[in-house]
Amino acid sequence: MYKSVLEYLEESEAKFPNKTAVIDEDGSDTYSLLADKTRRVGTYLLKRGLKINDVVVVLLGKERNTLSAFWGISYAGGIYAPLDCQAPTKRLRLIMDVLKPSFIITDNDNQNKAQELISSEQIILIENAHNEAPDAAALKAVQQERIDEDPLYIICTSGSTGVPKGVVINHRAVIDFTEEASKVMEFSEKEIFANQAPFYFDASVPDLYCTIKNGATLHIIPESWFSFPIRVLEYIRENSVNAIFWVPSALIVTANLKALPEVDVTCLKKIMFCGEVMPVRQYNVWKKYVPDAKYVNYYGPSETTYASTYYVIDREFGNDDILPIGRAAINTGILILNEKNERCAQGEAGELCIRGAGVSLGYYNNPEKTQEVFVQNPLSPFYRDIMYRTGDIVRENERGEIEYVGRKDYQIKHMGYRIELGEIESAAMGINGINRSCCAYFEKRKMIIMVYEGEITENELNDELKKRIPEYMLPSRIIKLDTMPMNANGKVDRKLIKETYCC
Amino acid sequence: MKERILSILKELGTDRDYENSTDFIDEGLLDSFEIVELVEKLEEEFGIEIGGRDIVPENFTNMETIEKLVLKYKGEA
Repeated sequence: MYKSVLEYLEESEAKFPNKTAVIDEDGSDTYSLLADKTRRVGTYLLKRGLKINDVVVVLLGKERNTLSAFWGISYAGGIYAPLDCQAPTKRLRLIMDVLKPSFIITDNDNQNKAQELISSEQIILIENAHNEAPDAAALKAVQQERIDEDPLYIICTSGSTGVPKGVVINHRAVIDFTEEASKVMEFSEKEIFANQAPFYFDASVPDLYCTIKNGATLHIIPESWFSFPIRVLEYIRENSVNAIFWVPSALIVTANLKALPEVDVTCLKKIMFCGEVMPVRQYNVWKKYVPDAKYVNYYGPSETTYASTYYVIDREFGNDDILPIGRAAINTGILILNEKNERCAQGEAGELCIRGAGVSLGYYNNPEKTQEVFVQNPLSPFYRDIMYRTGDIVRENERGEIEYVGRKDYQIKHMGYRIELGEIESAAMGINGINRSCCAYFEKRKMIIMVYEGEITENELNDELKKRIPEYMLPSRIIKLDTMPMNANGKVDRKLIKETYCC
Repeated sequence: MKERILSILKELGTDRDYENSTDFIDEGLLDSFEIVELVEKLEEEFGIEIGGRDIVPENFTNMETIEKLVLKYKGEA
């Protein structure tokens, strides 16, 4: 029985000290080196006065030092919160207001950004932390008091009112996911993973934890390579990568840019995806060129730790079919509820609600939002039984598999990121010269469209938005209107806007 | 041909300054889905089929390299 993910690291360090744990563009760490760097970071934080459950923001690029930062924070009893170094300062400040971290761990490249967010005394350079002499006894003393329900990390997601939400995930949730995924996928030390998702995004959780649990090797691929996927595939072939957990967007782009016929990547044996709907058309391209791999469609929001259901693809699908999201993972309870909070009959669409060890501890420093979606299970009113209301509408098919239908509100999945269209609209409304704005998502073209009414030009609006929201949330098309269409209730006519601009 | 390529680029996204950019990739003017769309539209507009081997950053750096790429396929067709 595990109570901390750090036990995964310690076990693999003992079993495979000289094996490569992680590789990035600049070099690699063996398990013994990675564990040593982790303890150095932990010791350094203790010396700097980190207290139990203090939040430490990690502001690093896609590089292997992120791992020793994350787990060093955890060793010292803290909670790690990775942020996107490329995100606009305004948005990072909003997150800082929510998290109120004790420290930011960063490096020389990102130090200037950190200085815009926190006082100099609270900035830690990862290089300095790595120079600290490790004090294993001090770290052990901290760990003895920890339990598996203590928080491990906070992942920030888009919030509809414009204030990002910090999803708090404990050790037990990550252990629960990692144990089952390792069993279902038969992971071992032979696994060679290629990481696609940035570490500030929870789609990278399986890469990190399935690697250290199994003594496997993780290759970190630079983000920019994914725009021209031939290079990624060549890297996969050259390094005999055999397992990937990618967001569907990366798989879609790879298929659409005709990279698969050019590079033999039959070394891939396990292909897993999660984060948004995987279209069958592109799945079939992958299946054609990598026919013997096991393909698994995972589903789950950040609030329930990477994935709550999965479907191991076991039959053929036509290009217009939908891949089911499968069945509940072990120790995960799935309820499909209708508007009266009753169980839906088979085939009837309802909101997917999730119970189990994977469920988040809630939104950090935000009891109101937490209470809205982490609620008492209406089917068991007589004792504490918390479930997460996903806002996703699903139904059960005749095979007993769950199928994704759509969203209840204005949340979308774009490039694997969960985005509240309301957050983009709020950002626009904060700009001088904007009277009204509305966003719509053009699914087929994977484009966010924004229409607005106001005095400034499309270019000016785009420039202002860039300062307020991250790159992946920026509308692909901005259209200025003389007057915003309104419906009979005096609200912006979203339906009409979607019909007009998303076809 | 330049104008036709430029008008395709302009259809892709939000008012980006492709005309005055020397490196679309370095300056972040094309994300991965825009490259997918650009390839589709170039193929449609010029009646060509661009091979996967040619979908590399060097061919999508700026107006000149894209034009050269299209001409290569126009010549072969």
